[in-house]
Amino acid sequence: MFLFRFKRTAKLGIKSLWMHKLRSSLTALGIIFGVSSVIAMLAIGEGASRAAQEQIARLGSRNIIVKTVPPPEDKDVGSQQETMRVYGLTYLDAERFRNSLPNVEVVVPSRRIPQQAWYRNRKVAVEIIGTVPWYPEISPVRVISGRFLGSIDMHHKQGVCVIDENVVKELFVLDEPLDQDVKILGDYYRVVGVVSAAQAASTADAIENGAVKGKSQGGANVGNIYIPLTTVKNRFGEISLQFGTGGRSVEKVELQEVIVKVGSIDQVLPTRDTLETILDRFHKKSDYQVVVPLELLKQAKQTQRIFSIVLGSIAAISLLVGGIGIMNIMLATVSERTREIGIRRALGAKKRDIIIQFLSETLMLTFLGGILGIGLGSLIPFLVTHFGRMPTVITGISLVLAFGISGAVGIIFGIYPAYRAANMDPIESLRHE
Amino acid sequence: MTGDKDRAIGFDTDSPILVMDRLCKNYELGTVELKVLRDIELTINEGDYVAIMGPSGSGKSTLLNMIGCLDRPTSGDYWLGGQNVALLDDDQLSMIRGARIGFIFQSFNLINQLNVVENIEVPMYYQGYSESESAERAIELATMVGLEERLDHRPSELSGGQQQRVAIARALANDPLIILADEPTGNLDSESGAEILKILVDLHKRGKTLIVVTHDEGIAENAGRVVEIFDGRIKRQS
Ligand SMILES: Nc1ncnc2c1ncn2[C@@H]1O[C@H](COP(=O)(O)OP(=O)(O)OP(=O)(O)O)[C@@H](O)[C@H]1O
Ligand SMILES: [Mg+2]
Repeated sequence: MFLFRFKRTAKLGIKSLWMHKLRSSLTALGIIFGVSSVIAMLAIGEGASRAAQEQIARLGSRNIIVKTVPPPEDKDVGSQQETMRVYGLTYLDAERFRNSLPNVEVVVPSRRIPQQAWYRNRKVAVEIIGTVPWYPEISPVRVISGRFLGSIDMHHKQGVCVIDENVVKELFVLDEPLDQDVKILGDYYRVVGVVSAAQAASTADAIENGAVKGKSQGGANVGNIYIPLTTVKNRFGEISLQFGTGGRSVEKVELQEVIVKVGSIDQVLPTRDTLETILDRFHKKSDYQVVVPLELLKQAKQTQRIFSIVLGSIAAISLLVGGIGIMNIMLATVSERTREIGIRRALGAKKRDIIIQFLSETLMLTFLGGILGIGLGSLIPFLVTHFGRMPTVITGISLVLAFGISGAVGIIFGIYPAYRAANMDPIESLRHE
Repeated sequence: MTGDKDRAIGFDTDSPILVMDRLCKNYELGTVELKVLRDIELTINEGDYVAIMGPSGSGKSTLLNMIGCLDRPTSGDYWLGGQNVALLDDDQLSMIRGARIGFIFQSFNLINQLNVVENIEVPMYYQGYSESESAERAIELATMVGLEERLDHRPSELSGGQQQRVAIARALANDPLIILADEPTGNLDSESGAEILKILVDLHKRGKTLIVVTHDEGIAENAGRVVEIFDGRIKRQS
């Protein structure tokens, strides 16, 4: 009984919507744009969020990154002349982390030196990462061919290196890179392995460059070359000439970076606190910075949540406007069809019947708008990704949400006109012209 | 005529079909109270053919709407089929209108976007007829009023007389006890008016209770009873 009534009510609704095709489609347009903007906004927000989270996750959520940063200039800058500035993380710091921090899995000290690498007559700007064989444990780099640095390389301060894909692309256009020699500052390093490009490093730079003016711009580097830490210490030394705004200065930095990886995510923050206490005790100048990807991740999630709320609200407002449009049209329809309502009431329609009739018209409009809106809303993120090169993710929840909201808009904005229709006085309505 | 439907709505078909006792209807117009119907005493039995006459503005349409349960009395009692209409709620009034009363209006009051068959189907829709049942009956009724060639036509494509015939077919859809017609020939030329009148007289002969508001002396002569209204009161009734 109810179902067959439903079918006929739907038929009736479609009929009268079809009678006013232009009006119906313009009305549905409001919902179409509302729903599609909800979906598109959520997809763009979600895409940005996932991209940021992925990048941060690459830094390692169980890692604590300690970086050397130049301390604030001393007061005697003018008279400083050729005096050497000594600052930054030291081997002793790394040693202390290993010995006095609980829950530490590995400690990876690194040097980072921007340099140029040569192969035959080809030259490329790289970042030299002087590090230890267990570096891959704290980094997402994967060995593609050959091997990573070994403890024998370390021990014997071998002139070997591991290069990443990007460097291979630039230096070895046709040649097989393994067992070739790469020249850096007059020394040759045998390529023992090729690893995947680690965007993590540059992201880490990008992230903390925002907060602190970083040392060297890593941005110009094509890729990374990994060389045993001992070899780097031996061949490059620890003293460098820096050209800053105040002229040139001589600096001595032992390590640019120490990454500590702890056993579990719960231990990250307590370990960070202990680590900072240790550093605080041994470093008089603030010449280091601690970055915790986990925290960045939390912050990023928070920012993204706000971002999503803002985008969602904008979309919701457009849906609201669409809803008001629907209500407007339905009110017009009701007053236009006052006489019909009076006739139906005289012929036995209950108030409920009139409500169902008009509400179902509104719902059909909104559902139609919702379905088309989902179509359009799924297309927009696709275009954004394709032409705007922005990641987008359409989640199932956003589709359900958008469709649910369009239904809710239909009910909320349809109820009042339908209610008004049902409560008109039958005699008055019949007399209406 | 009696059956499940009567019991469901609580109709008592033995007593007079309609009794009005000192029925009044007032309209509030700002501070002024307009007394449109005053102390109406009226009894109508099943099968009666009643003409309601009177000058314009005397309250004929108001009385007819009252009989048709479109309106409620301000005071007094109105018993329809043994039930006090004042005690019924809106849904019950709708039920009675749909199942027991057939309305015919001066201005036809067809629904413009529906064709002949669909217009006739409207009252059946609210009584829960199935789609096929109601379509079949609608075609039957359209044929009865001579519109078998016009089933798919919209009201705008029909003459006034044809439209009124659709309205009569529609009024008959749920096989009502009472047919109420408010100046059914008022908008028609004399020829179509006569046709409509003939259909109404036929209905009466087949046992329908017929109440017609009219200015037409011809109708009044046909009718078994005439109720004359003047300024909201029954001046004379036969
Ligand atoms: N809703 C209303 N509010 C106020 N006054 C009303 C209302 N409906 C009817 N009236 C008044 O009641 C009186 C009777 O109206 P009614 O329509 O019953 O007259 P009638 O006898 O049918 O006249 P006619 O022959 O012209 O159709 C009129 O004076 C009219 O102005
Ligand atoms: Mg009248």
